[in-house]
Amino acid sequence: MTYLDHAATTPLRPEVAAAMAAVSGSVLGNPTGSHPPAQRARRLLEEARDEVAAFLGRDPGEVVFTSGGTESANLALLGPAEGARQERGEAVLLSSAVEHPAVREAARAAAKAGLDTRELPVDAAGIVDPEALARTLSSCVTSVAIMTANNETGVIQPLADLIETIHRRAPNAYVFTDAVQAAPYLDLADVAAGADMVSLSAHKVGGPVGVGALAIAGRVVLSPRQYGGGQERERRSGTQDVAGAVGLARALRLVTAERAAAGPRVAALRDRLRDGLINSVAGAYRTVPDGIGVLPGHLHLCIPGVEREELLVALGQEDVCVSGGSSCASGALQPSHVLSAMGVAPELAAGALRFTLGYGTTEADVERALAVVPGVVAALRQDA
Amino acid sequence: MRVLVAMSGGVDSSVAAALLVEQGHEVVGATLKLWGGPSDSGCCSVADVEDARRVAQQLGITHHVFNMTEEFDRVVVAPYVGEHALGRTPNPCIECNRSMKFDRLLHRADRLGFDRLATGHHARVAAADTDTDTDTDTDTDTDTDTTWQLRRGADPLKDQSYVLSMLGQDALSRVVFPVGDMTKDEVRAHARRLGLRTAAKPDSQDVCFIGSAEGREGFLSRRVDLHPAEVVDSDGRPAGSVQAVELVTVGQRRGMGHGSDGKRRYVTHVDVAARQVTVGSAAEVMRSSVLLAGASLTWVDRPLAPGARAVAQVSAHGRPVPCTLVADPTAPTVEVIFDDPQRPVAPGQTVALYDALDPDAVVGAGIAA
Repeated sequence: MTYLDHAATTPLRPEVAAAMAAVSGSVLGNPTGSHPPAQRARRLLEEARDEVAAFLGRDPGEVVFTSGGTESANLALLGPAEGARQERGEAVLLSSAVEHPAVREAARAAAKAGLDTRELPVDAAGIVDPEALARTLSSCVTSVAIMTANNETGVIQPLADLIETIHRRAPNAYVFTDAVQAAPYLDLADVAAGADMVSLSAHKVGGPVGVGALAIAGRVVLSPRQYGGGQERERRSGTQDVAGAVGLARALRLVTAERAAAGPRVAALRDRLRDGLINSVAGAYRTVPDGIGVLPGHLHLCIPGVEREELLVALGQEDVCVSGGSSCASGALQPSHVLSAMGVAPELAAGALRFTLGYGTTEADVERALAVVPGVVAALRQDA
Repeated sequence: MRVLVAMSGGVDSSVAAALLVEQGHEVVGATLKLWGGPSDSGCCSVADVEDARRVAQQLGITHHVFNMTEEFDRVVVAPYVGEHALGRTPNPCIECNRSMKFDRLLHRADRLGFDRLATGHHARVAAADTDTDTDTDTDTDTDTDTTWQLRRGADPLKDQSYVLSMLGQDALSRVVFPVGDMTKDEVRAHARRLGLRTAAKPDSQDVCFIGSAEGREGFLSRRVDLHPAEVVDSDGRPAGSVQAVELVTVGQRRGMGHGSDGKRRYVTHVDVAARQVTVGSAAEVMRSSVLLAGASLTWVDRPLAPGARAVAQVSAHGRPVPCTLVADPTAPTVEVIFDDPQRPVAPGQTVALYDALDPDAVVGAGIAA
């Protein structure tokens, strides 16, 4: 199998699985309790929290464990909104036009609940337009959501500059950055330093599905989305997934240790795949313009003259696993709002294909993809 | 063979897939996402996709969902709406079969290397006896020599040959209907034996994009203007009114009340432009024939000659009636003359034609002008 869909999910790393199995072996108590298993669970949880905090360059008290990237995004967008509205009587929520559906739909829900939500346009590369941002900022803005790097195209936002603009023009606005895709490759302690909230998802970094985190800066006033026992300092009730937190922490530790070498290695493999496909697939269009910073594992192409649903089925039949972009509730592909925000013509966007390499990708994977993809495209074009 | 099975999430297509797997074919299931709007009638909502997917998993086959909403809206829904505005009553399920399932999906199946496309329709495809007097080539691929028949399904109550009556040799040579030889009861029994979750699922009733709450009127009123019309009797005397002339079909009895003779009244004529509906007695509404638009005629194999006998069925489960075909040289229509007068066929409705000597075999279809 040639797995090139790491942006969708990453294989669970053996070291992570081992770390999780080790804590689950005996009775893993509920961290909220006083007896020895509870104490042990609590210690494991807090050790994991320390590691996540260190990864993000934050104070452990700022780290909240969640069920994953989607819950983190919802908490980041809707938690403060409710609080701000109560406090100031008005709230303007800005989010970029290329956010992940978790952010996009949370913003939509906020709009339905009566909040003033606005979209920040992006340029042809999918980068937030700094002028538009500056113009839109005012003291009414309570939250701004701009992802660190895009899940479909891999495009990296100039987050530090954008945050600086926000701090200047709307210093009270909370900045949330979805760092889920960026986590394996960017030093978030540096890149997202000025953000008030940063989200992570374990299964995008070699960890398990079902756990993530949201770092919340001290100044953020937020209502929880989930009520109950008051865990996570009243920010997110519910018995914490200790094994999951341990898994997330171990995965992030591995990322920190390997990132310096993995980044360039994955980028080189990606470049080889990119150049090979551009040369062998007539009309293959590089969606992201040259010179724009893109995550090392992402390769996004638009292949004209084929239906991408058919391309995915045919590639899947050859065990080459890639993605066509976002899916709707039924699992069918739907047109990408990211590509449309970038101004990509619908006919081109109809042939969108996303390859995402990861830490475990090898030369053999790239060779296989280069051997299979052109033939599949040609066969589908021929009968069309 | 490699077979792509269109799985709607209903029990028929579930069992169709199961039978093909049992027969040892390489099977892949696909559900078409055709409609993005609210619908509760049970075809292809998210719940139906999940049912289809779960059945596919139970059968151990790969399952895909194909998003064809844009084309469905353009090719099926928009014309359905537009035709109603003109006072015509198209059957969208027939258009969906014609353009989506047995055209777009069929071509997709070809491109992806499938030998056949299968559906859960209650109908049968059979190889007819072929004339081989001119067969001199040594090609062993019998598909190119075979004439394919479309026949009614084994269960007369569930026969769906009517909605497939527009298919020709091209499509019929590449489709299979695995449950066509079974009754509905046999299909459900098979599904139960296999423990498929769709075994007891009710059949979807109406048009897949119209919810039962809103109905046809609710759906259409949001998309086109519906106009009230006056109702007059055959002498031109006022006989009431209707709220939406576009929803009135010729032959309709519902809502037309009674005449002064105490008998039920039927719609004998609808003039959308003039906003007028004419009603008459049961005797006045009967028609001796229906005109089919020439351009709409399709034939399973060879066209029927003018003057040929046939059996006509004018609705999905209507009673088949004997008839004779007459071509009209002065206008591009074909007249289907019924042996006995029938209720009128509304413009836009499909008339399926069956072989007079073999009434289970479809010979062709046309649309009432």
